[in-house]
Amino acid sequence: MSGLKRTALHDSHIALGAKMVPFAGYEMPVQYPAGVLKEHLHCRAAAGLFDVGHMGQVIVRPRSGKLADAALALETLVPVDLLGLGGNRQRYGFFTDDNGGILDDLMIANRGDHLFVVVNAACKDADLAHMQAHLGASCEVELIEGRALVALQGPMAETALARLVPGVAAMRFMDVATFGWQGNGLWVSRSGYTGEDGYEISLPDSAAAAFASALVDMDEVEPIGLGARDSLRLEAGLCLYGSDIDTSTSPIEAGLNWAIQKVRRTGGDRAGGFPGAERILRELAEGTARRRVGLRPEGRAPMRAHTLLFGEPDGGAPIGEVTSGGFGPNIEGPMSMAYVATAQAAIGTSIYAELRGKRLPVTVTAMPFIPANYKR
Amino acid sequence: MKFTEEHEWLEEDGDLIIVGITDHAATQLGDLVFVELPEPGTVVSKDDEAVVIESVKAASDILAPIDGEIVEVNEALVDNPTLVNEDALGAGWFFKIRPSDPSQLDDLLDEDAYKALIA
Repeated sequence: MSGLKRTALHDSHIALGAKMVPFAGYEMPVQYPAGVLKEHLHCRAAAGLFDVGHMGQVIVRPRSGKLADAALALETLVPVDLLGLGGNRQRYGFFTDDNGGILDDLMIANRGDHLFVVVNAACKDADLAHMQAHLGASCEVELIEGRALVALQGPMAETALARLVPGVAAMRFMDVATFGWQGNGLWVSRSGYTGEDGYEISLPDSAAAAFASALVDMDEVEPIGLGARDSLRLEAGLCLYGSDIDTSTSPIEAGLNWAIQKVRRTGGDRAGGFPGAERILRELAEGTARRRVGLRPEGRAPMRAHTLLFGEPDGGAPIGEVTSGGFGPNIEGPMSMAYVATAQAAIGTSIYAELRGKRLPVTVTAMPFIPANYKR
Repeated sequence: MKFTEEHEWLEEDGDLIIVGITDHAATQLGDLVFVELPEPGTVVSKDDEAVVIESVKAASDILAPIDGEIVEVNEALVDNPTLVNEDALGAGWFFKIRPSDPSQLDDLLDEDAYKALIA
């Protein structure tokens, strides 16, 4: 796999027997010998370790030394309340474009004297350029090199990680904190991408293999590849950038209204002031013509991205399209995420998906497909 | 046991032929999550689409390896598709076919030729 970058855990993946695939310019483990189904179930039953070192870790540091200046600057790109983000707390957000589409989704943490931002691997160069162009006057924007990023997810994640770093047990969902481990600084958040309790841990590349091995050596912890990462996030109803959200979808169509706090909405103290605000605020008030929904097919056949959806068993024009789909190991059946016309987006609505020339019944279903298990 | 270049195996069972996919194919596909079997009684020609399978990664077709009538299918796979991953050459069989032209079996690969193919 020439021309692909490798994370600090590359040799660890090979030693664990991973099958490596190209992903967003990196050579990444898609599965280990246990396979996607067992990895998925293990993560929900105990704990799973993920290499997410391909993602972009960015520090936004205010030139004035006042964090509020960085928060206000980033608010010009993200329709989220960052001035109100407390110390050692993290929040979900997205970069919007002038048309009100989504350029990328990201996690933003207040780490005292700077904001720490984690963005998707495929978008990180564009995100960095976007932030440098728009925040450069007031902030230093630095893509962190030389730090790995791993996620430990699942109901036993706290037990496992606390053996190495006791302080993590006291963290709550969306807290961030810094700890030491064998002389290395760990930047820890209590969050993730599986719907389970768990952590994401940034640490120096030089310590990553030993840290990962200390976790994987524990009975509770198994390594998890990209295959199970996708089925875990889909069961949890979480969007995948590039599939479920992109520049052609607005945050309101995507049902991400909850991430836009009151203070950034019409009537709020800092309403608007982000790219595409006119459309996004209008859609918040008036609604949208289509909505992102969850779907449960009646049979066992998975309905994957680009499957067309119809209101009738025969004829008619499509009313929507699947954007992600697959088999949910914990729900023991197929599940999809889709955009459908708002008239057919109510929970419980029966619609049809066209699969291999046949229209099969599917039901609009509340997400997440499995209850979230966060430690609030 | 005989093999096809499409990674199926065929084994004689009286006057019927049992058809499945090889361990190599099952490993490449990853865990199966869906199997759609033909109706018993379906008459197929070689290379007709006989079974639809989906793994955690993607959908694919299993083609009829020879002409004949499908007389029995492995219903256990419908509720438990991962039988194919656990025991591809045994409990993970797909269907039994009554060949209409048994001479077609002579064109298939023997085990050594199949091993050379996937080496």
